[in-house]
Amino acid sequence: MPSLGDIIRNSQIWKSIFRHPAPVDRRNRIVVMLTNFFLHLHPVSAKKQGIALSYTWCMGGVTFFLFLVETVTGVLLMFYYRPTIEWAYADILTLRDATSLGILRELHRWGAHAMVITVWLHMYRVFLTGSYKPPREFNWVIGVILLLLTLLLSFTGYLLPWDQLAIWAITVGSNMARATPFLGYEGPGAQLLTVGGIDMITNASDARFGLLGARFVGEETLNRFYVLHCIAIPLGVALLLAVHFWRVRKDGGISGPM
Amino acid sequence: MHGLDYNEFLSQISGFLCGYYLLIAAMNWLFALYRWKNKGESRLALAWACVGLVSLILAAMSVAGNPDVIRYISFNETIKGGIDALMSPTTYSVGSLLILLVMFRYREVLVRPNVAWLGLNGMMFFMGLSLADQDFAAIVTKPDNVPIVGLIFLLAFFTWLATSKAVENDRRIANGELPLEATEPEREKVLVWPDLVYTELICMIALTAVMLLWAILLQAPLEEPASSVKTPNPSKAPWYFLGLQEMLVYYDPWMAGVVLPSMIVAGLMAIPYIDFNKKGNGYYTINERKFAYLTFQFGFLVLWVTLIIMGTFLRGPNWNFFGFYEYWDSHAVEAMNNVDLSQYFWVGMLNQPLPKPDPDAAFLTKVLVIAQRECVGIVLLIGYFAILPPLLAMWDKKRLFQPMYKRMGLIRYMVMTNLMLWMALLPIKMLARWVFSMKYFIAIPEYFINF
Ligand code: HEM
Repeated sequence: MPSLGDIIRNSQIWKSIFRHPAPVDRRNRIVVMLTNFFLHLHPVSAKKQGIALSYTWCMGGVTFFLFLVETVTGVLLMFYYRPTIEWAYADILTLRDATSLGILRELHRWGAHAMVITVWLHMYRVFLTGSYKPPREFNWVIGVILLLLTLLLSFTGYLLPWDQLAIWAITVGSNMARATPFLGYEGPGAQLLTVGGIDMITNASDARFGLLGARFVGEETLNRFYVLHCIAIPLGVALLLAVHFWRVRKDGGISGPM
Repeated sequence: MHGLDYNEFLSQISGFLCGYYLLIAAMNWLFALYRWKNKGESRLALAWACVGLVSLILAAMSVAGNPDVIRYISFNETIKGGIDALMSPTTYSVGSLLILLVMFRYREVLVRPNVAWLGLNGMMFFMGLSLADQDFAAIVTKPDNVPIVGLIFLLAFFTWLATSKAVENDRRIANGELPLEATEPEREKVLVWPDLVYTELICMIALTAVMLLWAILLQAPLEEPASSVKTPNPSKAPWYFLGLQEMLVYYDPWMAGVVLPSMIVAGLMAIPYIDFNKKGNGYYTINERKFAYLTFQFGFLVLWVTLIIMGTFLRGPNWNFFGFYEYWDSHAVEAMNNVDLSQYFWVGMLNQPLPKPDPDAAFLTKVLVIAQRECVGIVLLIGYFAILPPLLAMWDKKRLFQPMYKRMGLIRYMVMTNLMLWMALLPIKMLARWVFSMKYFIAIPEYFINF
């Protein structure tokens, strides 16, 4: 009598998905890594030291996983949320009070905080093991951009609930852009940019205006931050992550003593 | 939370406190069990078990939320008043630097499991005893601040982990052995399935559990609907930017909000290209890369993280400084009479009025007058960025700077020293503020260039 497991594993459906027997022996443990799209991010074998939890803290992996959690919960949140001044706050209220499994927003918010923390810890680990040294210099640079994008993701998302916490945090943060040298209307040198006596940099044309889409945090800002938060920045992160992971492999796998 | 009366507050926090002390108790018992197996440590293991017992008693004392009982398990007013009186931006910043240096100096002792465990217990009991204070609890348990408490503990743990591995490797290297990561069993190749894939799977499951628990226990904050006329006081940026907001105390927005953050990013990106030290690649070590290590720790732990902690927990209304147990009084005023360097120079030293540019004069004339007025600051600035690095290389022949210059060449050396000097700008400005009430080194309000 074949067991149920055997029946499933010998079925045509199963075999069409997994083109090899279960990874219980050496050969098939190699094959699984080579034939599975998701697993082939990894090499087939690696030095014990490099994959030790106490060496990498799995922090890059944890950050990536949190990014996935954010993507999934974020898409679900988008089902309930309309980025307009009339609806944004009300939709969040509904989400809190009237949605089943009402921890969606919590998962997304705490996941974002956690991701900021884990990306710092990941950078901390990479620094402490000196893993930015040749040949991994450029992957560190990509990492720094990822760090920046992670912070910007968190920052743009902060505005979306449209409560007091949100607009004032974004107001404080974006006020800085007003002082950008040359490009902010209260920034050093901005007065020098004039054409025929007319100021080029005003509070309706400076860096802060570009960020907010208005002279203060309002309707346009909400729209702008929504698009940045849900589309532009995640796409950027996804692209850079692909490069980041690719480079980990191409730079010789996880670092270790030469 | 201050609107709440104390009894109500206690009844709210007592359940949490009880769980918290139970957690400490369980942790200590597990640790005692784990240490019990080590030879010659049975006494210590017993001590940890007793600590667990004490924590159990604390849990029992806090569970009812009875103020007469809780009184015994919280800091009394004298201690709290003493701590608050000691705390100021100055003592806090200098203190955190000193702590880092002490930790660095005595790292070999501090990473020993029992010592580190003592430290963890210290942190946790301090938190517990403080949490019975209403003002402390009000900021620490604010939902968006909870992650920072987590960050503190995680950083402490991972710093311990990394340091203990580095200390071990440094000891081995000093004995002429290879670092652990380079030894034969560690270099052996293993199959990624199952060794890595399973680790990742377990991490994923554990993380999912943590996230679910966190999401269930702590509700995401939602305040009143946005209103552009009601400005909250304090108005704070999201917590991960509070280090930058703290810099606003010392620098104008164009520096604190634009230039310095850009320099942080640029500086981070530059690290691999200016750290020419080939050692310490792919294993934990401190001795083989002390300079890089200390620079990074100073930038990350002292300048970035402790400033975030200060900005979150210790800065209240009007961005005034409040001790851990102080009520955030929005009417408190802090005297501010800071003076510009040019003021010191012209009025204080030369006994002359400040040169004043004629607003109708030609642009160039105005600039010249301003340059004259700010000459000291400008000279200092040029000296700081352009002349100090070569001086350092000439003066420090043996240890750091001249050897660096020789290995890096002029451009890389200047880039590296300039990045470090940028980083040092913040502590320098802090010091100048505390000691000389210095407002700006260069003050050109005419063109918004205050520095
Ligand atoms: C969204 C953020 C990021 C994600 C998801 C991510 C993910 C990862 C993963 C999964 C690895 C494999 C090893 C490990 O887990 O430690 C890795 C390695 C690496 N990461 Fe990141 N990373 C991120 C940000 C950063 C940042 C901020 C830096 C540095 C500033 C960085 C620099 C590196 C370097 C140099 C390696 C190679 C390390 C080695 O070979 O030991 N990454 N990253």
